[in-house]
Amino acid sequence: MDDRRDLTLHINGQRHDIRLAARKTLADAIREDCGLTGTHTGCEHGVCGACTILVDGDPVRSCLMFAVQAEGRDIRTVEGLAERDNLHPLQQAFIDHHALQCGFCTPGFLMLIIGALAREPDPSEAALVDLIASNMCRCTGYKNIIEAVRWFEGRRSEKGES
Amino acid sequence: MKPAPFTYHAPALLEDALAILGDTAQDDGRVLAGGQSLVPMMALRLAQPAHLVDIGRIDGLGDLIEDSAGLTIGALVRHQRFHAPVVEGVLGRLLRYVSSHIAHLPIRLRGTFCGSLANADPASEWCLVAATLNARMTARRRGETRVIAAADFFDGVMATALSPDEILTGVQIPHPLPGTKVGFYEFSRRAGDFALAMSLVSYRIEGGVVTDPRIGLGGVEEYPRRIAQAEEIVAGQPLESDVLERTAEATAAAIAPLVDHHTSAAYRRDLARIAVLRAFARAAQGEPADG
Repeated sequence: MDDRRDLTLHINGQRHDIRLAARKTLADAIREDCGLTGTHTGCEHGVCGACTILVDGDPVRSCLMFAVQAEGRDIRTVEGLAERDNLHPLQQAFIDHHALQCGFCTPGFLMLIIGALAREPDPSEAALVDLIASNMCRCTGYKNIIEAVRWFEGRRSEKGES
Repeated sequence: MKPAPFTYHAPALLEDALAILGDTAQDDGRVLAGGQSLVPMMALRLAQPAHLVDIGRIDGLGDLIEDSAGLTIGALVRHQRFHAPVVEGVLGRLLRYVSSHIAHLPIRLRGTFCGSLANADPASEWCLVAATLNARMTARRRGETRVIAAADFFDGVMATALSPDEILTGVQIPHPLPGTKVGFYEFSRRAGDFALAMSLVSYRIEGGVVTDPRIGLGGVEEYPRRIAQAEEIVAGQPLESDVLERTAEATAAAIAPLVDHHTSAAYRRDLARIAVLRAFARAAQGEPADG
């Protein structure tokens, strides 16, 4: 007996009226019911971090929330980063610093880092290493991810952005 | 890797949550708080509750209350809340340091202190804190509230004194007495991974000797607990290396370690011994941690 219900999700400023089973994870709802496949599912039990998104600004694993828990929350996914044809500066920094190889983990890393830097800008080297240990990159691109974040942080402080 | 079907309940009032849980506990109704342990278990189909009672929309459960008796941590207080000290003094610093050992930021932003206790994983840092610092657990069911002492709370691997229709609504940690020193040490193979051994110690020095020693050990046995045989050795003694060696060895001798394919009992005993020594070393430095 599947508990199906109507639900409204707000993702990247857009409203999605969907109908799904209570057991459907937020990650699956975003991909299958809202059509936003930039959020990737890897392990589906909270270990790999590929499905990291922002919920009310917090980076969270979307495979460890049920979609029904996200009603009324402000959800942000990788699709919400670019403005038209202009990539988010952290996305561009990932390209410029070769911070991705296969790219499967990239959306999760981007959302993790953007969410974490909004909470605590300019992390120490140790704090940054600790942060990106949250997510798995099987191409082992961590060093270049750190370089991309450092460039992004330097650019932010030059421009006086918070 | 998809959870089995369940009926979802999201009451706005604690009383309603208790009523729903009372009605569904016999049918494997479960409380959903942060979901960072329960949801993975559901994804792996190790847990297949027929009902989930989501307490995430209940006002007031996210409160942290400090009064003369101690710090009371509500059912929806998340791990990351402790990242900035929530109380002055050694307790706030300890909770901050311990919280940094729990998984990673996205998990810490969702998972809850009380949820960790109710889940009672042997490697849970918060369970060790509760056991060592004599926390008091408030459990509520429909029409009944009771307080459970830490020494009576843990009951086995992921087993507690909570009955299926009870919600752990709050945990109170008593204030440490002035002059209390605490130290925490955890060994795990990877940052954020499960602890293979961890120790939390607290004591005061009065008249040059150790007073009110508490030696907690977690991640080694079925559940974290204070090791009375070790506390007896250090109590009333000066804090000297030979005393601490004997205390650590008594810890290793007193325990029944968990074993698995990677860790033998002898290995875990040795980790326990080292964890106690390093926890004492950190306490003696006057900070819970060197980090």
